[in-house]
Parts: sequence; structure tokens; C-alpha cells
Amino acid sequence: MIRTLCRPPVSIMVSGLMMLSGCRLNMGFLSPSGPVAEAQRMHLWIVCGLMLLVVIPIFITIPFLLWRYRYRDGKNNAAYRPEWEASWKWEVMLWSGPLIVTAVLSWFLWTYTKALDPYRALSDDPLQVQVVSYDWKWLFIYPDMGLASVDHLVLPAGRAVTLSLTSRTVMQSILIPELAGQIYLMNGMTTRLNLQADHPGEWMGRNTQYNGDGFYRQSFRVEALDATAFAQWTERAANTPPLDAAALAALENKGMRDDLPALFSQVPQHLFHEIAGGRGHDHSGEK
Amino acid sequence: MSSRHPGLNLGEAHGAAHEAAEKEVFGFWVFMMSDAILFGLLFATYVVLQGNTNGGPGPSDLFEIPSVLIQTVLLLTSSLTAGLAQLAMKHALGTRRIVIWLLISLALALSFIALEVRDLLTMISKGGIPEASGFLSAFFALIPLHGLHVVAACLWLLALLGQIARYGLDDAVKTGMLRLGILWHFLDIVWIGIFTIVYVGGLA
Amino acid sequence: MNAHDILLGRLDATALPWHELLLADTRLEVISGIVGLSAAIIAVAGALLVATALTWRRLWGPLWRDWLTSVDHKKIGIMYMVLACVMLARAVVEAGVMRLQQALGSGGGGIVTPDHFGQLFSTHGTIMIFFVAMPFLTGLINFVMPLQIGARDVSFPLLNSVSLGLTAAGAVLVMVSLVLQPFSTGGWSGYPPFTDASFNPGAGPDYWIWAVTLSSLGSTLTGINFTVTIYKERCEGMHMMRMPMFCWTSLCTAILMIFAMPPLTVATGLLALDRYLGFHIFTNDGGGNVMMFANLFWLFGHPEVYILILPAFGVWNEVFSTFSGKGLFGYRALVMATMCIAVLSFTVWVHHFFTMGQSTELNAIFGIATMAIGIPTGVKIYDWMLTMYRGRVRITVPMVYGVGFLFLFVLGGTTGVILANPSIDYQVHNTLFLVAHFHNMVIPGTLFGMIAGYTLWFPKAFGFRLNDCWGYRAAGLWIVGFLLAFFPLYILGLMGMPRRMVAYFEGAWLPWTLVALTGAALIVLALLCLAVQLVVSLRNRAELAVPVGDPWDGRSLEWALPAPVPEWNFPALLVVEGRDAFMELKMKGDHLDRPRDGFIDISMPRPSCVGPVVGAAGLIAGFGLTWHIWWLTVVSLTVIVAAMVARSFVRETHRTVPAAEVEARWNAWRTLADASPRIRRRDEQRQANRGHAFPAAREGGE
Repeated sequence: MIRTLCRPPVSIMVSGLMMLSGCRLNMGFLSPSGPVAEAQRMHLWIVCGLMLLVVIPIFITIPFLLWRYRYRDGKNNAAYRPEWEASWKWEVMLWSGPLIVTAVLSWFLWTYTKALDPYRALSDDPLQVQVVSYDWKWLFIYPDMGLASVDHLVLPAGRAVTLSLTSRTVMQSILIPELAGQIYLMNGMTTRLNLQADHPGEWMGRNTQYNGDGFYRQSFRVEALDATAFAQWTERAANTPPLDAAALAALENKGMRDDLPALFSQVPQHLFHEIAGGRGHDHSGEK
Repeated sequence: MSSRHPGLNLGEAHGAAHEAAEKEVFGFWVFMMSDAILFGLLFATYVVLQGNTNGGPGPSDLFEIPSVLIQTVLLLTSSLTAGLAQLAMKHALGTRRIVIWLLISLALALSFIALEVRDLLTMISKGGIPEASGFLSAFFALIPLHGLHVVAACLWLLALLGQIARYGLDDAVKTGMLRLGILWHFLDIVWIGIFTIVYVGGLA
Repeated sequence: MNAHDILLGRLDATALPWHELLLADTRLEVISGIVGLSAAIIAVAGALLVATALTWRRLWGPLWRDWLTSVDHKKIGIMYMVLACVMLARAVVEAGVMRLQQALGSGGGGIVTPDHFGQLFSTHGTIMIFFVAMPFLTGLINFVMPLQIGARDVSFPLLNSVSLGLTAAGAVLVMVSLVLQPFSTGGWSGYPPFTDASFNPGAGPDYWIWAVTLSSLGSTLTGINFTVTIYKERCEGMHMMRMPMFCWTSLCTAILMIFAMPPLTVATGLLALDRYLGFHIFTNDGGGNVMMFANLFWLFGHPEVYILILPAFGVWNEVFSTFSGKGLFGYRALVMATMCIAVLSFTVWVHHFFTMGQSTELNAIFGIATMAIGIPTGVKIYDWMLTMYRGRVRITVPMVYGVGFLFLFVLGGTTGVILANPSIDYQVHNTLFLVAHFHNMVIPGTLFGMIAGYTLWFPKAFGFRLNDCWGYRAAGLWIVGFLLAFFPLYILGLMGMPRRMVAYFEGAWLPWTLVALTGAALIVLALLCLAVQLVVSLRNRAELAVPVGDPWDGRSLEWALPAPVPEWNFPALLVVEGRDAFMELKMKGDHLDRPRDGFIDISMPRPSCVGPVVGAAGLIAGFGLTWHIWWLTVVSLTVIVAAMVARSFVRETHRTVPAAEVEARWNAWRTLADASPRIRRRDEQRQANRGHAFPAAREGGE
């Protein structure tokens, strides 16, 4: 459904704008690398386009009014009707214009919001990654593969991924703009974010909910690898230290990753669920 | 008989007091509205958190309905006697009668407070402390706030009695009485909410 | 528990402003410490300077007698605005420091440490909302609204003074935090669990809680006061649908205050219970619910921003109609639109946390409701444009702000519509895009409105106009400065830069932060221009004097009065027969007429010390609570209760102004008016303008 939303007839205009926006600058979701971000960008263009219909007439009319109806000492050709204060005809027009635009915008809002539900998986068999945010680092657990990485999210390119998220400390918010939007991470609760990287690449993810001195450095590398490279990365994990109690305690220390290993193996089963606690925050009903 | 505001109106016979009451009592109603929002949100907080007993004692372990029933009777009766004091004022039945009804209302309200304090202390002794759980925190945010309001109303009542002693039943005292009456009844309504939502709802 | 703990709570040497400097190791920490210490020194020096000036000129007596204890709505309004201006200076400097930091922080480093930066953005936001915008608009409504409805004062003058005292108390508490540090780093919204005792046990979040609580209590009482005033104090004939639009926006603002402040009181109060008594309302553990805070806070927070904008809309109503020489277009529609905005403002709060994991249906509904508010707002913009249509538009200083507002606010509204869409919000929430959006609403909307209102009504309050030259300069600098300071932030937000970042490592962000820094510099210059304007105007007040009271050919009743306005406002109670009541009188030529029923004794409320006493005690209570000085808190709260009880025993609350005095004052004004020719609008900005206007609608040529 998301892909359908990306191909309305305005795609030509979009490509043009893409060239402007995406090429040289790192423009966040304006240079998307996944279907979610791409759909979000399309939504943005639509909203901007519709709003321009409202804004441009105002921008043209105001200077005109100021010029034509300016106070001049002496003869002024423009009409002066100081008693003209109401007109039902005008009122109907004034109210219906914004009403119609809002109605159209609302239709797009509803459609896009439902389609881009962060809790909805992008395929039948997404890769499961569990995320725990600390002050000020990120732990990414791969439960099916028994490994975990710190401050480094590795994804298989072209495959849907489901993130399950919780925080060990205060409220945080994960953002990888080129791939998908944000969701909060909260202690004792699990939220969900579904995304996909279309092609191999490297991006930056970060926390956007202020949580203290290390907030500005709480970013993580996001890497999408093709199937072979991803398999190789998984194998590399076999020789890494286990994610035992000592390692978990070290993660809890307030600070950046520093000397902690970037990759762990032998991740205990159900570790995430123990950390995340009993309370699910899962409106989709999925587990 | 002209009616200048909702609730008890003094009537034309009271002259300037009746005039002044229009905006003073209206203003007080508006203030009560803001207080109602305050309590309403605390009720909402309680409803959200009432299931979070955190392994600690719950409503059935801590609530003593007989005591709560007595408190309800005390408070509602004090509302009745406060209303009688107001009526005595409106119909000019004499200062003595007004003062007696006020003193009875005070006594009833203070008894309510005493019982409530005793209840809370008993809860605390059984481990029902706010630090124990979200449920108890929400409970201890709501109930003592209502109690504090009752105490404030009692203080106000005493101040009014002092003014009656000093100035008799002058205009300022009359509008003060009208406003105190509104507060008194408002606290009644909040208590009925507490009784229903917190106590009865908690044990249901 | 030693004597120190009991006497001073947890206040010790670590709170002193040089402590950060003493502990400094790195260069950054040293610079940051110096910045902090300098701020404290400036605050203390400023206070000492004012105190010295007052002592040297023996002004303490007049200050207490004529101002602090006054219950006159005009004086209280002016004091509110003075408070707002002082706090504006601090908050703009803080913004400047943050902009500088973000420009220098590329690659790490800069001039402030992360913790210091955290305090900066927290105080900046808290001060701007609670101690600049709220007092400014409260002051403006206080001054103008009773005059516009033909009243002598608000319904509860003493309560007005108490509200001012509480607001000032909160402001002073925030200023104290400069000297006895630290302030909160939780932002102006103070989300737990970050602000919970388990994560931030220090005095910071407590300063924030009590400063905001004091302010919100003051605002609740103000809301009650204004509402009752508009319902009960209107003069005869002033039906609701004949009130100036400024009064309608004031009414809706007041109603919003009554309903929106309690959620804030509940949110901060419950947070205080968590912090002080170990409750589990918002904690991570023990059965708390973190999401409750967001809901409670934004239940307040969204109506709050409409509290901020509606008075500004009120000002624009006055500005556009007065300076177009034409009645406001679409009065009924504007009333409806204002009511719609007020009601809808309570239905959109979830859009502040779309990303908290609610269902898509919930998010979508709130998103649509958010966009719906754009409809009445758009109608207002159109109605103002139609007011200029077929008018005679004069580009005075308030109009420059007004035109700037029209353009910029529409853009800001567009970004608001963008943010209202959850799927897009997921990308730009908590980024600089959001920061740019709300500054885009508050600066061209509220701030420009306040400055325009200040320019418009200053002559009424003080009897002389403000210098136009400096006014135009300030307006231009505000507009250009705002554009440069905030439009780059939209781009940075789209690039993914979060808000509240002390430093960053993306080189691509640097150019935009440099542009933003230039904008900030221009804004500081704009502020300086306003200060210079005031000094120059004061010095030239003889030439700028407009004692007859109608410098702009105004339409509403306040312009019928002399400038400055006498304590009792109107010499006789009026009977009004239509909208734009004063313009009606002018067009008929009746505006100088002697009051129909002559002059009578007027009963005016006496000054009272209750307001300043409650304010001071509130400040001390807040301070005591922050630093855990329990005895101080108990004493000050007792003082408040005692003051209220004592006041209830006072019976001599009014004094009588003799009819002779009122008559004499009126005669003096009438003589002056007779001697001042009625000027046409072409002479509006010249010395010939003594405040006696020839209606623009009558000017020849038609």
C-alpha cells in the first residue's frame, strides 16, 4: 500500500524536486532510502502543494491591497467604503475555501496515517530487532541470531525489519530519517517501528528526546548490507564476548559506549522481555 | 424576587448586598469551575492508575466502608446545616440562629476530617502508603486534597464568625456567606464523586 | 539533622554561581563557568542598580504607595508589561548564547557545557511563555479591556493585584536560579521520568515546578477576573455583540485560562508529589504512568498557545481597522471564529506527542482536528485583508508589524498543517523544524502583536507617542532578524537535526546555524532599537504629546478619554448605541460633549498591600520548597493565609473621588481639546498631532 501511495501522477514533479533536494545535501527524509521515508516525503509534497494554493493568493493579494488602498493625501482613485463591514457572499467564500482545502488534506492525512502505521509490518517475514536505549547508548538485540550490537544497527538491504523498542532510563525517541519516522522508547513498555532499507548504505540514527549531558552524542550507525555481507557480519559475531550480567551492568553506566565491545554473542533468550517489563504498549495486538 | 445568580439569592430586601452579590457570587462560581477541572483531572488520574497496585495492598485490603459511610453522613449533614444557616440569613431569622447552624456545620466538618485522618493513618499502618504503588499515589493525591479544601472551608467559616462578632451581619459578611455556601456544597459533590468512584468503584 | 540542614535545607556552597567555575577542568568548562557567573553578576548588579536609583531619588515611597499597592487596572497592566520586558531581555540574551553555541558547537566544543546548555533552553522556554508572553498579554488586556467596555476597573481589583504578585514571584524565582543554581534541564515542558527524583534529584526541576505553579495560579485568577469583568462590568448599551473584537479575544483568552491552567497545576503538583514524597504517579517503577504527564501537560499546553495568540489577534483587529480608516470586516464571523478557535483548542492536545505510540486512528483524528483550527484562523486573515480592502491604509509602525505578521504567520500556519499530519510529524517531531514552527507562530503572532499593541496604546497610557523612526527600524530588524534566525531551522529540521542539541558533528549543519546566528544578532539589535525608542521618546515627550487622547483616529471607547487616563476612567457612566462607539460619537460631532447627567462622586477601590505581600510570601514559599527549607515554607504559607484572613476583616476598601475633582479634570481636558485642532491623518506622525482627530472617513475627496 505504501508503494501505491508513492506513485500518484505527480511523480514527475517529485523527481524534479528530488533532484533539487536529495542529491547534494543530506536532507533527511527528503533523500529517502526506504519505502516508509519515501511515502512520508510524498505526503509532505502533497501537503505543501495544497497549502501553496492557499498561501500564494494571500501573498499576492496583500501587497496589492497595500498599494491600491494606501492612504494618500489628496485624490485617490481607489474606492473608499469606510462603512462596508459585512457581506454574506464573501463570508460563504471565506469559510468554504479553507474548509475544502482542509477536507482534502484530511483525506490525505487519514490515508497516509493509516498506511504508515509504525506498528504495521512491511512484509510477512520481517527481521526482528529489539532495541534498548540507555543513557547514552543503544543496544540492538537480534533474538533470532543470538547476537547484539551497541550503537550499530545492521540491516539486511531489501528486507523488512521490525524494531521492538524500550528504554532502560527515561523517555527517548529513535529517528533514522532516511528510513522511517520516530517512535518513543519508554521504560517498562514496548513500542514498535517497522522499516526497510531499499539498498545497501550507511546512515545515522539518533535520539531526539533530550535526556541529559550525553544527549547530543547519542547517535548510532545504521548500515544496510546485501545478503552476503549480512551473513558475514552475523558469522563474525560468533567470536565476540557474551552479553552476560557484567556486560549488561556496564551498559547501565551513565556514559557513551567508550570501551564497550560493539558486538556481543550468546544473548540470553527473552532478555528483551525481561528488560522491557510486563506492560506491553502494543496497539496492534501483535507480539 | 429578582435572581442575580444561580443558587441562593438574597433578594431585594438585602439592598446593596444583593447588588454586590451578583458579580461576587458569579466570580466564585467561575472559580469553582476551575477547581472542578482540578478535581476532575485527579479523578481521571486515579482511574488510570487504580489498577497499578504494584503487588501491594489494594482497595479491598485498605478501604473501610463503614467509616466512609459515616464520613459521608457527616459531610452531607454539614451541607444541610450550612444551607440552613444561609436560609436563616436570607430570611433574617436572627444572628444567633445563623451562628448556631454555622457552628454545627463546623463541628460536623471537623468530625469528618478527624475520621478521615484516622482512616488514612490506619491505611498507612497497614502498608497503604503512597510510595507503595501508583494506585495509592493517586488515592493520596485526591483524597487529602479534598480534605485540605474542607479544612480551608472551616478556616473561612471561623473567619466569618469572627467578622460577625466584630461587624454583625453586614454586606461583606453576607456575600462571604453566600460564597462559603457554594464552596461547602461543591466539596460535598466532590466527596460524592470520591465515595462512588474511589471507594465503591474500588471495591466493585 | 544538623542546624545547617534545618536552617538552610539543602542549600549550600555548591549552589553559588562560581561553583561551576571552581570545578572546571577543561577549557569549555571554564568558559561555561564564566558565562554562568557573568549572568549571575549581571542579574545581581541590575537589581542593585535599580535599588540604588530608587534610594537615591527617594522613590521607594511613591513606588509602594502609587504602584505596588495600587489596584488600578491601568497601573497593574503597566507593571505586568514592565515585568515582561525585563524578562524578555534575559530570555533573548539566552537565545543569543544558544545560537552562538550552536554555531560554535560544530564538531563539539563551544562556550557552554551540555548541562549549562540544558539550563539555558529550559529557562529560555519557561521565561518566554510564563514570564514574557503571559504577563505581556495580561498587562495589555488589563489596561485596555476595561476602557473598551466602558468600565471603571475590573470586577476584582484586589485579585488583580494578587495575580500580578504571584506572577512576579514566579519570575523572581527564576531570576534567583541564576544566582543560586542550577535550574532544571528538562525543558519548559519538564517531562518525567527525566524530571523525576530518580534522574534529577537536585533543585533544578523544583525551581521549574514552583515558578510555573506560581505563574499558573496567577493566570487562573486573572482568567476569572477578566471573564467576570466582561460579563458584568460592561456599560449600558454595550451588548456583547457591540464590544470591540479585542474584548471578544480577551474573553476567550480568559475562559481558556480558567480551563487550561488547572491541568498544569495538576501536572506539576503531581510531579512535586513524586519528587518530594516519593509518590508513583509518573515514575518508571512502582506503578507509575509516564504517559499521563504528557497528556496532562499538553491538555494545558495546547490551549496555552491559544491563550498566547488570541490577544495578539485582538490587537490585530484594532490595528487593521484603525489604520485602514475602516470598521473591522466580518465582525460576526470573527466572533464565531474566535469562539471556534477557543473550543477547538481543547481537542487537539495529542498532536504534541503523535510519536508516543497511540493507535493510528487516534492520531489521525487529532491530526484532522488540528488542521480544522486552521479554518477559523484563515477566515480571520481574510477578514483582516478585507478590512484593508476599500480602506485608506496608513503604514504606521503597528501596521509594519501587522503586515509582517500576515505574511509570516501564514507561513507558520502552513508548517503547522504539515506538522498536523502524523506521518510527516514522525519525521520532524522534536527537530528544529518544530522549533522553527512554534517560533514562527509566537514571534510574528504574539510578539509582533504585543509590540504593535504597545505602540498603539502607549500614548493612551503615558500621554505621548513613541518615536516613529526608531519604531520602523525596530520593526524592520525584527522581521528580517526573525527570517534569518528561524527559516534555516526549518531546513535543519528537515535534515534531521534534533532540538536541544548543544553540539553536533554534521558539517552540513554549520552554514545554517551561522545564518541563524546572524538573525539572532539582528533580533538583539531590534530589541536595542526598542530601548532607544523609549529613551528618545521620553526625552522628546513634549513634542510627541497627545493629551487629548485620540492620536490614531480610534474607533473604540478608550480613545474618548484623555491621555494619560484619570484613575476613574470615565467621568460619567456611558450609554452606548452601537459598535465602534467612539467613532459614532466623532462622526456625529458629539465626542466632546459634557456628560448628559453631570458629574457625581465616584467610589474607587483603595490601594492594598495584600497583592505584594502574597507575591513576596509566594516567592519565599517557592524558594523554601525548592531548597527544602521547610520552616521558611511553613512561615510564608501562613503569611498568605493570614493576609487573606486579615483582608476579610477590612471594611474601608473604597475611597470617594469628589464630583468636583472629576469635573475639574474633565474641564481641563475639554479646554485642551478645544485648543487643539482636529488633524487629518496626513499629520498623524507630526508634532501637530495633539490627540484630537478628524475622522478619516470624513476627509475630503470622496
